[in-house]
Amino acid sequence: MLVIECPYCGARPEPEFAYGGQAHVARPSEPATTTEDELLQYLYLRDNTRGLFRERWRHVRGCGRFFNAIRDTTTDFFVTTYKVGERPDLPGVGA
Amino acid sequence: MSNLTRRSPRIDATPWLEALPAMTRLSFRGGPDASAAAARGFGVALPTAACRANAVGPRAALWMGPDEHLLLAPLTDSAALRVALAEALGQTPHSIVDIGHRQVAFLVKGPQAEWLLGTGCPLDLDLGAFPVGMCTRTVYMKSEIYLWRTAADVFHLETWRSFTPYVVDMLIDAAQELVA
Ligand SMILES: [Zn+2]
Repeated sequence: MLVIECPYCGARPEPEFAYGGQAHVARPSEPATTTEDELLQYLYLRDNTRGLFRERWRHVRGCGRFFNAIRDTTTDFFVTTYKVGERPDLPGVGA
Repeated sequence: MSNLTRRSPRIDATPWLEALPAMTRLSFRGGPDASAAAARGFGVALPTAACRANAVGPRAALWMGPDEHLLLAPLTDSAALRVALAEALGQTPHSIVDIGHRQVAFLVKGPQAEWLLGTGCPLDLDLGAFPVGMCTRTVYMKSEIYLWRTAADVFHLETWRSFTPYVVDMLIDAAQELVA
């Protein structure tokens, strides 16, 4: 069974987790001046990275918290997980 | 727990399960200041370590998340506890939600308790990995459960009320292997 490291609870089995899509997608801070293209990007457009990808996960059947992970989308290997608000640098991993 | 007994008539006839009476359950959310204040009103320290529970007499505080604790107390403490917590917390920002009726508690006990829960819970329940005093939300089969190990061979288990017949029946089905 795939084991995922929750930043709060430690190593836990995958059935306790829910996938939350691409990480670090920031909502436009100034709605009044946000263009349609910026809204389109924010609402609908996501990367489809082959390889290391920053994504959100939630330990929904555990502590309930959202956190971020860097996962290899070709092997399903979790390189690291980190709390919301953090952003560890890793060679070969984009934004 | 007449409700539980009616819907799962086999629970008390099963040596591995024991229904627990209705109790006061408060879902407490708050930062470190609020947790410390709540502990003064509750009489039990709210654990800061992940997945750990503190119990003093019939009251217990279970870590459920970085800012979330489950407070358990006898049903008759409910009104007094409400007052004591309000006094201790004052204006400290926090949230307390009474979830006493949402969940049903029972024990999974005996030398086969660990094996029995292992039939549907993906956690490592070995005493070394899940020691006495550890608690967490997790799953049993397809249902969310709260699991708290109160002794080497006793687990306190809580499920949402409507999921209780499912969890109990799946446990009893799994236990057929012990009977054979
Ligand atoms: Zn967690």
